[in-house]
Amino acid sequence: MSILVKPDTKVLVQGITGSFGARHTQLSLAYGTQVVAGVTPGKGGQEFDNKVPIFDTVAEAMKATGATASAIFVPPAFAADAILEGVDAGLDLVVCITEGIPVNDMVKVKRAMDGKKTRLIGPNCPGIVTPGVGKDSQGGCRIGIAPGYIHKQGHIGVVSRSGTLTYEAVWQLTCRGVGQSTCVGIGGDPVNGTSHLEVLKLFEADPDTHGIIMIGEIGGSAEEEAATWIANHGRKPVAGFIAGATAPPGRRMGHAGAIVSGGKGTAAAKIAAFKEAGIAVASTPSEMAETLLKRM
Amino acid sequence: MNIHEYQARQLLDQHGVSIPAGEVCDSPEAAKRIAAHLLTGGANLIAVKSQVHAGGRGKGTFKSGFQGGVKLCKTAEDVFDKAKAMLGNVLVTKQTGPEGRLVSKLIIVAAPDIRKELYLAVLLDRSSSRPVVMASTEGGMDIEEVAAKTPEKIVKETIDPTLGMMPYQARKVAAALGLKGDLINQAVKLVLGVYRTWWECDASLVEINPLCIVRTHEGKEALMAVDAKLSLDDNALYRHPNLQAMRDLAEEAPLEIEASKFNLNYIKLDGSIACLVNGAGLAMATMDIIQHFGGRPANFLDVGGGASQEQVAAAFRIILQDPNVKGIMVNIFGGIMDCNIIATGIVAAVKETGLKLPLVVRLEGNNVEAGNQSLAQSGLTIIRANSMADAAEKVVKAVS
Repeated sequence: MSILVKPDTKVLVQGITGSFGARHTQLSLAYGTQVVAGVTPGKGGQEFDNKVPIFDTVAEAMKATGATASAIFVPPAFAADAILEGVDAGLDLVVCITEGIPVNDMVKVKRAMDGKKTRLIGPNCPGIVTPGVGKDSQGGCRIGIAPGYIHKQGHIGVVSRSGTLTYEAVWQLTCRGVGQSTCVGIGGDPVNGTSHLEVLKLFEADPDTHGIIMIGEIGGSAEEEAATWIANHGRKPVAGFIAGATAPPGRRMGHAGAIVSGGKGTAAAKIAAFKEAGIAVASTPSEMAETLLKRM
Repeated sequence: MNIHEYQARQLLDQHGVSIPAGEVCDSPEAAKRIAAHLLTGGANLIAVKSQVHAGGRGKGTFKSGFQGGVKLCKTAEDVFDKAKAMLGNVLVTKQTGPEGRLVSKLIIVAAPDIRKELYLAVLLDRSSSRPVVMASTEGGMDIEEVAAKTPEKIVKETIDPTLGMMPYQARKVAAALGLKGDLINQAVKLVLGVYRTWWECDASLVEINPLCIVRTHEGKEALMAVDAKLSLDDNALYRHPNLQAMRDLAEEAPLEIEASKFNLNYIKLDGSIACLVNGAGLAMATMDIIQHFGGRPANFLDVGGGASQEQVAAAFRIILQDPNVKGIMVNIFGGIMDCNIIATGIVAAVKETGLKLPLVVRLEGNNVEAGNQSLAQSGLTIIRANSMADAAEKVVKAVS
């Protein structure tokens, strides 16, 4: 029915009392997401919006509420520590929204997560939405900052490094009456917790996902690695789009990871890899949904 | 953030990496003094090197007509003359673009007697999310070319970040570079020092090209980092005030500095269609779709997820300072951001700047009806579009 999170997934929010975390917790609650706890060190015992209990540590919050997933909204200097607290407490899923974490902090986090059961999504990402069946897809699980109402419950999986480009693809689908199983923003940083490839494997294994939109951008080789896997193992229709064909080499295009360096990570190479793998490539970002629907 | 060679030398020196003797200066008189000192100390040849954030300095040309941003001299008088020809002049290299860069500092170094040129770099390996040390016997060349033509000549050593680089790994690198005898121990010290510079400064790249085997005055062989390039992770600068102080605003485009004051992410390009977008991915995709319909983007501009009216106004002012701009495309997917706030911001900015150029606006998302109504009732000639493709087609048509 979905990947990573379900409508009944119990979510805690690390950094629930900051303005950014508070605002998006309210939006998730309004969407119908089971936000069961908040974590802000020193504010344990208080309540958020008179309904969500706040704890000093992730471990206490999990024990008291049964939360299995977390959303992180803490500032960049404290984000690596917050992620590892979630890992240490044994959460299934940690979604880190924070933008601007030093790369070496993430290098250490990734190393420390080796062999641990927790999956990290992000950082610098819009998060995850598994749409619900209510009006404007309410009743789903929204972890992060994506607008809930643009979704519709259905059978297309969306995975992307970019937030607004994900919303664009989702909205194109919803406007055509086509719903989504789960939409995952994996983030725009050079070191992230979960790659395109790992999300694709989850979509392939999910019986309720019937088609996939994969959105990439310049920088690194994660899209190429995903394409190689699809060429050999993919059974579901996949449409793709790569942003940054017009980006000058050597310049970071907003996202820390969106840079063509040393002649590597170009849009042309990624588009070629997609085509070689049999992925239907949208020629403009306006045609992402249509390209997939034609393939299906 | 990029830093100058003289700053990279300073950081490498602090981490025990051997570099040629020399100093930075900003006047021909100081250049002469440093050169005289180096010559007295036993140097036979002095290198005068322009300090700009761009490669290809040696083959560059000054706008004055003077050839070469790096020169070798035998006398202090010659150093004075070369320094005078470089300082205060604009150097154009293959990496600076036609506008070039003003040279306001030089380094004056003892040019070593080079026996062999090697290559060494530390960077992030994105596939493994670990640091990697790269080395090659093909020093002094464009490493991208080496990677493309003879990838077997590049060795890579992946580092476990919890351990840091171990001495045995540095010995492996030394062996792969074909070093023997005393040079092996020198290489271990140097390679570990370069790695520590990368890690402790939160660098995104440290590149030593060339790393040289040189002949010392005593006739012995030694290893030396003869040229160095260092880029820093912007996200980590908050914890390095000493590195923040190395920022050289003269090396950055004035419009990009202006944009950063308003938390706008702006990168100037050379096309004629400006764009204003929320979100980095959507901003890149907007540039791409402009090109797809036959136009050329004038910039990348991400106003971020929660753009205010002030930011929109600042964005318009910045866009309009680019004389190449003939039309503007606004592309907003207001997921949670209120489209009407953006629309009101656009109307205010158009009035404030007295905009005469064609403006195409595509709004989508939260409160989009009110946003479109604000645009329609403004009395301004704003071309509205109902999709990204529609907007791109309309703006390309409007400027052609």
